[in-house]
Amino acid sequence: MSGVRVLVGTSKGAFVMTADGARHDWRIDGPFFEGWEIYHVKGSPVDPNRIYASQSTSWFGQIVQRSNDGGRSWDTVSNQFSYDGVPGTHQWYDGTPHPWEFARVWHFEPSLSDPDTVLAGVEDAALFRSGDAGASWSELSGLRNGGTGSRWQPGAGGMAVHTILEDPTNPDRLYVAISAAGVFRSDDGGTTWLPKNRGLASGEIPDEDAEVGHCVHRVALHPSAPETLFMQKHWDVMRSDDAGDSWREVSGDLPTDFGFAIDVHAHEPETIYVLPITSDSVHYVPEGRLRVYRSRTGGGEWEPLDKGLPQAHCYVNVLRDAMAVDRLEECGVYFGTTGGQVFASPDGGDTWNTIAANLPRVLSVEVQTLA
Amino acid sequence: MSEIRVVIPAHLKTLAHVSGEVRLEVEDPVTTERVLDALEARYPVLVGTIRHPETKLRRPFVRFFACEEDLSHDPTDRPLPEAVARGREPFFVVGAIAGG
Repeated sequence: MSGVRVLVGTSKGAFVMTADGARHDWRIDGPFFEGWEIYHVKGSPVDPNRIYASQSTSWFGQIVQRSNDGGRSWDTVSNQFSYDGVPGTHQWYDGTPHPWEFARVWHFEPSLSDPDTVLAGVEDAALFRSGDAGASWSELSGLRNGGTGSRWQPGAGGMAVHTILEDPTNPDRLYVAISAAGVFRSDDGGTTWLPKNRGLASGEIPDEDAEVGHCVHRVALHPSAPETLFMQKHWDVMRSDDAGDSWREVSGDLPTDFGFAIDVHAHEPETIYVLPITSDSVHYVPEGRLRVYRSRTGGGEWEPLDKGLPQAHCYVNVLRDAMAVDRLEECGVYFGTTGGQVFASPDGGDTWNTIAANLPRVLSVEVQTLA
Repeated sequence: MSEIRVVIPAHLKTLAHVSGEVRLEVEDPVTTERVLDALEARYPVLVGTIRHPETKLRRPFVRFFACEEDLSHDPTDRPLPEAVARGREPFFVVGAIAGG
């Protein structure tokens, strides 16, 4: 019988949650890697037993874990992320030059075609690739050395590659997003990159429509329409219909257009989900009510989804990698909060169930759809 | 060659699958650098967790203690106290108390 496996990274370990296709009864395994920050856990779409996890602390740095059995057991693989050549400098918060320094892996993106190939988005912002299932890593340095890197600047959480998207129809086309630099696209498999931020307007920076410097929080696409991108920027929900060449705002009637997470329905390319957060100075949901917003029109018009979600005294955030969708016939939607809750909707967001309510701060949620 | 006793933090014990003290054979003169080289050779999973894998600089939240002294800022090629070198006292790798 089909089912799902939800991979949850938290500030104190990872959890693996499984259910059958009904998605009502859940088994929770974990914590794995107790006491460590797990920024991201993601499985290969080619081989769902192959899962990568980013494990780190400020004390002992980065560890990379790999499972070959669907998360039951784990082995460490290489944690050596060496920048290509002399790394140079980017801008620090005060605008002064600051040396590039590896801090941690924020995001793993396993290849759509090869279970041994995986991309890693890291802080300080760079993109690494492994072709041997994490045994070694090499930088795709054309991103960092593409001409604008010295002008990139960290956001409040650091300066990291947090979004990596592979065009499922064109393996040479990749997108990344960096806080706070913006979106970049490669059309040659990651060798060279160009900024793709035309149409973004960010009042937080001196030149609001600058080529780089935008605090893009998350970008998502639907596999059947890979030239259409949806973005949750620091402020503003945006879309592009030309592979990032231009962007337009689709925040529409959202109660606030600040937020982190955004995702696309598995079977409806114009149905998207966001989780509005009060503001950049108040990082929790408005009015103490936890509401996902869904647009069935590709943005612009939004409806709140709150059945089964806390509607009073709920002051949590949902981080950029903490929302995901499954690919079952009726699309499931999942998200985790900084208050340690994980919610699942088995019906595209109409109703919500609580999978877990008292985990550590949730940093990431990914879903695997199992045959 | 001396047998050195090393105590590592709980998280690193978990990573290395060890409990209690680690005992390592280290060539004389016994220095911090040689102890860490031997530790990483025995447990490659610890590479990068105590010091930078290339520059060999100590991670900021890691400290080295022995014989009730903080050796964190000593040159890593300076011989460690005789009691450590002879295995009478352990060499401590400590995670800094930070974070509340």
